[in-house]
This record gives sequence, C-alpha cells and structure tokens, in this order.
Amino acid sequence: MSEARPFVAGPFAHAGRSTPMIMTWVMIALTPATVFGLGLYGWPAIFLFVVTVASAVLAEIGCLKLAGKSMVTLQDGSAVLSGWILALTLPPWAPWWIGAVGAALAIVIGKHVFGGLGQNLFNPAMVARVALLISFPLEMTRYVAPRPLFGGDAAGWKEALAVSFGLGGHVNLDAVSSASLLGHAKTELARGVPLHEALSSGFDLSSLVFGTTTGSMGETSALLLIAGGLALIALRIISWHIPVALILGIVLPGALFHAIDPDRYLSPLIHAFAASTLFGAFFIATDLVTSPVTRTGQMIYGAGCGLLIFIIRTWGGYPEGMAFAVLLMNAGTPLIDRWVRPRIYGRDRKGRPLRVKPKEAK
Amino acid sequence: MKLFRIRGGVHPPERKDATKDKTVVAVPVSGTLYLPLQQHIGAPARPVVKAGDHVLKGQVIAEAAGPVSAPIHASTSGTVEAVDLYPVPHPSGLKGMAVALVPDGKDEWAEAMPPLSLDAAPEEIAKRVGQAGIVGLGGATFPSAVKLNLRERYTLKTLVMNGAECEPFLTCDDRLMREYTDDLLLGVALMARALGVERTLIAVEANKPEATAAMTAAAANYPEISVATVPTRYPMGSEKHLVHTLTGLETPARALTADIGVVVHNIATAYAVYEAAILGRPLVSRILTVSGGAVAQPMNLKVALGTPIADLIAFCGGLTEEPQELLSGGPMMGQPLRSIEIPTVKGMNGVLALVPADTRRGPAHACLRCGTCVSACPCGLLPFEIAAHIRNGNFEAAVDAGLMDCIGCGSCAFACPSRIPLVQNFHHAKGHLAAQQRAQQRNEEAKRLVQQKAARQEKLAAERKAAAEAKKAAAAKARAAAAAKAEAEKGTE
Repeated sequence: MSEARPFVAGPFAHAGRSTPMIMTWVMIALTPATVFGLGLYGWPAIFLFVVTVASAVLAEIGCLKLAGKSMVTLQDGSAVLSGWILALTLPPWAPWWIGAVGAALAIVIGKHVFGGLGQNLFNPAMVARVALLISFPLEMTRYVAPRPLFGGDAAGWKEALAVSFGLGGHVNLDAVSSASLLGHAKTELARGVPLHEALSSGFDLSSLVFGTTTGSMGETSALLLIAGGLALIALRIISWHIPVALILGIVLPGALFHAIDPDRYLSPLIHAFAASTLFGAFFIATDLVTSPVTRTGQMIYGAGCGLLIFIIRTWGGYPEGMAFAVLLMNAGTPLIDRWVRPRIYGRDRKGRPLRVKPKEAK
Repeated sequence: MKLFRIRGGVHPPERKDATKDKTVVAVPVSGTLYLPLQQHIGAPARPVVKAGDHVLKGQVIAEAAGPVSAPIHASTSGTVEAVDLYPVPHPSGLKGMAVALVPDGKDEWAEAMPPLSLDAAPEEIAKRVGQAGIVGLGGATFPSAVKLNLRERYTLKTLVMNGAECEPFLTCDDRLMREYTDDLLLGVALMARALGVERTLIAVEANKPEATAAMTAAAANYPEISVATVPTRYPMGSEKHLVHTLTGLETPARALTADIGVVVHNIATAYAVYEAAILGRPLVSRILTVSGGAVAQPMNLKVALGTPIADLIAFCGGLTEEPQELLSGGPMMGQPLRSIEIPTVKGMNGVLALVPADTRRGPAHACLRCGTCVSACPCGLLPFEIAAHIRNGNFEAAVDAGLMDCIGCGSCAFACPSRIPLVQNFHHAKGHLAAQQRAQQRNEEAKRLVQQKAARQEKLAAERKAAAEAKKAAAAKARAAAAAKAEAEKGTE
C-alpha cells in the first residue's frame, strides 16, 4: 500500500502477527470439528462444503475484479473462512445451490457491498444464513440423522450425487430426515407435550458433547469445538470475553427458567451443548470485524448474543437463534463501541484533563 | 516496593543479548567532526567560532540562544573548518547548520571548570548543567538545566531516574549503570540536590538484574536514593507511565509530571552531570549502542559528539549486508537516518542497522477492527479509529478522538496484525495540524498588522483633519481678530 514511500515513523519492529495468519489459525482450529462433521454426514456434506467454500472464493474474485481492487486481498483468507463458517452452519444434506447462493450472499451482500473486509457491519456468514433460512425454509430446516462416512448406512456416491446435485435420480429426503434436539423440543412444546415426555425418547447429553447427533454440518461436536476455541484463546487469536459472556448469557437465564418450570424450559446444559451455542460462541460471535473492540464492549456484546439466543429459542418462532442474535448484536456494535471506550490517560471519563490534586500530606 | 499497573503496552523481542555483556569501548577521534547547532529541543545554539579558529576540547563553539537552548562544545581540539550546512539527523534528510571541526590529534582539554562540592547551592548545580550543554540523553534532548530549575515553580517531592531502557537492542544505559555506578550516583545525588526533592527512585527494568544489583549496592550509601525494579514492558520508559508505575500518580493530560511533584531524568544524563560538576567538563561525548542484524560486531561505544555514524559502523567491523533501515535510537521510537554521514549528536542513544528479520515488515492489509491496537495502547486510545479519521482527512475528529494524547510509542503499530502504519498516520496528522496552526497564526498576525495599520492611518487622518481644522479655526480667528482690529481702527479714525 504505502510501501513505495519511505517509512519516516516507527516502529521498526513488529509482533509478527498478520491477517492471513489469523485467518489460517481460525481455520486450523475449525478443522477437527469440520472433519468430524464431514465424516458424520458423509459425501453429501463434503460436496456441500466444497461448493460453499469454492463459491465464496469465486464471489470474492468477482467482487475484487468489479471493484478494481488488487487480487492480493485474496491472500488474507477471509473469503475462504466466511465460506467455511457458512458451510458448517448449513443442514449437511442441503442441495449444492444452497451453499453456492449462500456463499455469494455472504461475500457480495454481506461484505463487498459495505466496502470489503473490515468495513462490513454484519457477520457475512450470518447474513447469508438468515437470508437462506427465510428464502428457502424447507431446505434450511431439513436435517438428517448422522450417517457416518464409513458406516453401514453411509450415503454412497450415487446417492450423494443425487442428494447434492440432483444427478441420476431423486432421493426422498423426507424419508431420512430427522429433527434436531431443539427443533423436536419446540414442536413438542407447541403441541402441549411437557419436556420430560418429549425428551424421554433417546436424547442424551453425551451425544451432544461428542456430536453424534442431528444438527448442522459442523455444529454438533461440543468437545471438538471447545478444543478449537480454547486453542484460539491460548494463541490469543480471540479473547475469552465474548465466548464466556455468550455462554453465560444463555446458561444463566436458562438455569433460572428451568428451575421455575422444568417441563416448559430446557435444561441449561442442553442450551450450552446443543445446536450452535459453542460454534457460535467461539467462531461466529468472535468475528473480529463485527464485534466491539474493547474488552468491556465484548462482554456486553457476548452477553447480549447469549440472551437473545435464549429468548429466540424459548419464545421465538425458530428453534435456534444464533444467526438472528449475532446480526442484532452486530447492529449494536457501533453503539457499544461509541459508549464503551477506555478512559484516555490523564483524562476523566468525559475527556476532561484530570485535576491536579492538592498535594496530600505523606 | 509497591508498584502500580498501567494499561496496555507490548513486549517486543528484547534483542539486547548482542551487546549487553560488552564493555563500553571509547572510539578514538580520527576524521572531521560535525557538530550540529541544533542538538536539543529549543532554539539552535548561536555559533561563536568561525572558519580557521583553533579550539580546545571542551571550549564553547556555540552558545545557548535563549532560555530553552543549550551551548555546544568542541568535542576534541582542532581547527574549525567551516560553519555551514551539513547532513544532520532529521527525518526529512535535509541538511542543517553545523560546525565542522578538523581534529589536531592532540585531544587537548581546555581548562576545566572548578569542581562543585556535593553541598553546592541548587542554583549553582543547575547553572553548571546549563553551561555544560547537558540535555536529556535518553533521546528527548530537553535542556536539563531548565528541568532542574523546576523547583522554582513546582513543589517537588520525587526525582525518578529513568534507567528502564525499554527499547529493544539498546544496552548503553545498562552498561553505564554497571560500569560507571559510583560516578552515576554522584550525578544523581547532585540532581536531587538541585531539585530539592525528598527521595529519588532509580527505575530499572527487570531484564537488567546486573545493573539493578550494582546500583542497589552503591545506593546503600545514599539513604534518600533507592532502586526500583519495574516490569519489562514497553513503553515503561515513557515518563508519565513510569511515574504512574512507581507512585500510582497519574499525570493529567496536557500537564507535566512536575504538576504531581515528580521530575524524571534519564539515567545517562546523571553521568553527564557528574562529569560537569565533579570533573568540570562539559558534554562532549556520550555512550551509545551500535547494533542490529546488519552490524558485524555490535558494541557499546563511548563516542565524541560529532563523529559521523560511518566511523562508528566501521569501528564495529562494518556492515555485513545492506540494512533495510538505519536508525538513530531504538526500533520502537527511533528516527530513520537518511545517510551514514550524519554525525553523532547528544540525543543519540543507539545506531541500529536493521535487517528484514529485525523489522519484520510485511504488506499492509485492511483493518479488521480486531482491537489489538486498543489493548496495546498505554494511553487508552482507539488507534484504529483515529487512523480512520486521518485517512478520511477529518483531522478535527482525530483530535477529538485523542490524537494529541498519543505519545507516539508505537505499541499499536507494533501489534497491528494488518500492519497499518498507525504512527506514520498520526505523525502526518500532527504535522498537518501544526502547519495549519502556523498558517492560522500567520493569518492572525497579518490581520492584526493590517488592522493596526488601518487604525494608525485613521488616527493620522483624524489628527491631520483636526490639525487642519485647528489651523482653519485659528486662521478664521485671526481673520476675525484682524477684521475686528480693522473695524476698531476704522472706528477710532
């Protein structure tokens, strides 16, 4: 950028971190959960993942070309990461065009319309997810039970091509579909079935922790997501503030309401381990661009996300609320950053210079 | 001793191993020395020698020009070649006025000033420091005598000697504290006396245990001087932050540490004070570190002021490769040197020839708003936001966001993963604002002069008119009188 000009001001030293490096670390941290998810749902999931990431990169190239920007920007890795994160939030057996349309929405509408990386107000992947959910409710809510890649009931090549691309015949997905835990609970509650009956048939916590359950492509394995998230915190790529505040934002009200009426309100443990809570806490809400810059701001933002997720899950029309909650809090980020600022050294909170105290004795 | 936490800061790689165990070596004077007239904050010194004059070492060659200025002394004996424009340390690379001095090889001292006793009057100590041309040797180069006279205007309690040396690579203060310990403490004691403070704290970063041990042992003879180990964290050497760490007192914005009763001097300045007061010798040399990946044998050197940097590098075995950056000072806040002909000046605590592995420069990317700069800023600013205002040309918004509270430490740009040249942006804006202010002052001055002239002319015109009227009136009166007289005369006929 300004490399042709001589540097007249320091520092002539650097911590060594770079944007591409940050993006790469996030991808590395996502890899275990991703590999697990792809294995769990087999070839249709692999196809969808590849299509989504490739579409994101193509959309990025197209936008950079149109805007006349340097292709060097591609190296920052942000397009791959946006596509990757979007793919992990999709129903694993969704058709290919869901991934392609979603990736294009994320990159074009979610990012480049605002001016490119760093300028976008909303998390690109979540913009795409919400747009897809509202536009294609059927495809976006049709989940399948795990059918591991090398298991007995794995989807074969032919079946996978049919599921993903509609090639060589039609697969009746309704026959293999399965409800996610939160979806199931919501439907049953709506029918007036108390939770202890609704959840008596085969849902257990260990399947949520290990991830052998129905859900989005990369959101099921709590254990692997926590491992990835902790690695990012240990590497100081993200700080603990948003994940911890977000999880507490769900778990605390969850525990309160569950204590009041366990038949109408899900256990806080289910809130913590089910669906996108952990994925969102470590990988979505922590998006650097769209979250506040101060630690205090990040706590407010995280807690707000958590609380909104709880409210949407409990009283809203959708069984899951991560994407909506993150977008709503994204909209609040500029406000949070305006209100929660560090105190400038030597000044009070209002920006006036501190007063020189009359010298106290001793 | 209880220490207080400050916010922000970074921990750059220290890189001090190359020189921290190397004894200070004196560089013999050989070629022509170039002594810039501006080696301090304030008015440039006024030359008192001309081409052809023979001078002795320590003789004044330029005198202080005003209350905030410092004299310059010949750093060896020899003949003045010229007083002219020569390369000087300035980021612009432009030349500046300097005295070129050709050594006669005798290095013959002028008569020393009489030594001061340890119970000399405070004014006398400050006066001597001023005469010796001593300025802040940590790089700030503010005339030390002015700072030693702060007792006249402030109630001072504490003197802090800054031996933090938080810049990477630099080890000259470390060596000074280890090798010149007793002399250094004499200087510190004299400075404390000049300021009239009750206690003196010598702050040393935790990465210099040998210096701390030496200073602590020597300070045992001085009940009012103690040594404090401060955490190794950049920018610990920042005046206000160091005082905060040691005393818990926060200096208000736009105020001096003296407002809260504390004065900070660099530890290297104390050695110069010792030389001036006890040995009677002005500031004609300094200790600095020559280091960086491109220097064959990094060293700590005692250098006569005015020695070209090329000579220092040659003394250190030359360069092993073309450096990416040649700096005066440390890598965090140092200034780029545009040529190796630039001479050593009073404020130069290091000469660094850095290679890409040192600078780790990389391509800039878009700001991610990641907040790393916010966490790194020791002043509680949002550097990315200020930089964004500046890029948009909105300097007013940048000032409102705290641009003028920035100390330019570079922690933000050091940490920024997108490698945005934040400090460069800030300097650009500050320069722009200063130019704007000067232009405004000029405009106001011109306006004032025009108004004055108009008023003067108006007054003149009024006076002329009044005079004319008075004349007319007088004439009329005279005419009337003459007429009356004529009438009267006629009447008497």
